[in-house]
Amino acid sequence: MLETSKNTNPDIAPIKNKKPNKGLLNFLNSKKVVPYIFVSPFILSFLVLSLYPSIQAIIMSFQRVLPGEITFIGLRNYERVFNPTFYKALSNTTIYVILTVVILVTIPIILAVLLDSKVVKFKTLFRTSLFLPALTSVIVAGMVFRLMFAETDTAVANQILNWVGLESVDWRYNAWSGMFLMVILASWRWMGVNILYFLAALQNVPNELYEAAEIDGANVLQKFFYVTLPFLKPVTIFVATISIIGGFRMFEESFVFWTAGSPGNIGLTIVGYLYQQGIQQNDMGFGAAIGVILMIIIFIITLIQLFVTGAFKRGDE
Amino acid sequence: MKGNTNKTLIWSLTFGFAVVAFIALFPLLNLILASFRPSTELMRNGISLVFDPSTITLDNFIYIFTEARSYWQWYGNSLIISAVIIVTSLFFSSMVGYALAVYEFKGRNVFFVLVLFILMVPFEILMLPLFQLMIDLQLINTYTAVVLPAVVAPIAVFFFRQYALGLPRELMDAARIDGSTEYGIFFKIMLPLMGPSLAAMAILQGLGSWNNFLWPLVVLRSNDMFTLPIGLATLLTPYGNNYDILLSGSVMTIVPIIILFIFFQRYFVAGLTLGGVKG
Repeated sequence: MLETSKNTNPDIAPIKNKKPNKGLLNFLNSKKVVPYIFVSPFILSFLVLSLYPSIQAIIMSFQRVLPGEITFIGLRNYERVFNPTFYKALSNTTIYVILTVVILVTIPIILAVLLDSKVVKFKTLFRTSLFLPALTSVIVAGMVFRLMFAETDTAVANQILNWVGLESVDWRYNAWSGMFLMVILASWRWMGVNILYFLAALQNVPNELYEAAEIDGANVLQKFFYVTLPFLKPVTIFVATISIIGGFRMFEESFVFWTAGSPGNIGLTIVGYLYQQGIQQNDMGFGAAIGVILMIIIFIITLIQLFVTGAFKRGDE
Repeated sequence: MKGNTNKTLIWSLTFGFAVVAFIALFPLLNLILASFRPSTELMRNGISLVFDPSTITLDNFIYIFTEARSYWQWYGNSLIISAVIIVTSLFFSSMVGYALAVYEFKGRNVFFVLVLFILMVPFEILMLPLFQLMIDLQLINTYTAVVLPAVVAPIAVFFFRQYALGLPRELMDAARIDGSTEYGIFFKIMLPLMGPSLAAMAILQGLGSWNNFLWPLVVLRSNDMFTLPIGLATLLTPYGNNYDILLSGSVMTIVPIIILFIFFQRYFVAGLTLGGVKG
């Protein structure tokens, strides 16, 4: 059947072209035109909703944008950006990124390896339970966390602290506990998804490798460090990269705990600062400059990722 | 003897996982329990581990079904916006991904590289110029403004392309012999074969728009246009006097998703693990 179809195919077009009144239809149906019609929504959306805003974002960062009055002001937005508030946002975001990456890489690896082994029962149930938080929105989850970590002695978190003999904490009013809230909210939501990435990768570890290691007398830990981990390296880099980029883009986890502003900016993030300046204060040029800096940070991370994964290496392996 | 130590190991690890799973479910359980408790008490005490069972009440749910008009307005807005985003983004993205996979044409690789490139540019950077664009087009505070940036989803294009690469091309040739147009081949033959990928993307796009926050927050201005997350966030005031709607309302934003999840678990997993790429 395959053969005949290939043979007859070239004859189709001439037959159709013999009907001149259907010229336009044939043109629209020709294999030269059809792909472009299919791709046209992308072209349109790319030009209007990606390319134009990208260029505009850079242009805007050199402007003072007021309604009906746009002035070119050179590098002045960038000179203003590097102020104590921005450094606070940058350091908050960086600490948040480091903490979430460490938590969201190491714990999922351990849990995934255990879930993949034969020594745990009810695996599906556990996997599903860990995945469920990913279905909630940050706003809903954050509201529950706010109530669990309320300032009163009667809220869950402080109750537990009091039971083990510690003082109650004003969770949303200290720098360290504010950071803790954001990190734990994000970790709670993403843990299950990251476990799935590692579980998928673990399916590809060839069993023979474990057997060979066993023959060589490797114990459980040695097998983990010398067989499993090297195999998980690509997926680990991937998970780390999306966590880093997701972390630098963080906004909602902070918004849900403090809405407009946190005491002493303990919850301010880069995107939070961008929103505050660009949208709330309507200083779009300044906001755009923050955006450009964010773009540079994310580009560097992506380049590092490509470099680490060997995308720039020649394929001489 | 070895069997015994193995059994101890199995059960202690299983117990350990039970604890981890309980911690993961704990906030959700708390949310559900709290939604059946008086909001005044939650405002005063937060969520407590121990409480008086006699205080359990349906008041929050009765209130939301009888009084909270704006909540249902937000619910409707979220439903409409999510539905439109699912339909348009699946329709357009599958077309694009399919064409990139099955046709040979000039510029194909360029388009594909552009798709990958947009995947890397975070939305937050485009946000201010897009906001300006929506102002210029007088689309602020409309559904259109919320939906527009999501109409062609690069992540979906990428996913559909990968999926369409595995489709049997012989079917296309056979259909051409039968006189089918290229569009007929796509809509009648190939698109139905892409079912599983459509389901995964429907869930990714649907959940994404149902929970989306930043962009709707930027372009929606009036209470009657808010989506659920934006509306609920406006209730998070320092005075904490809205917990009746917040709690029962939150439960009802999650319940439909959990029901869907029970039936379509496989597609949720496929969609969400891919969604990680988006951030």
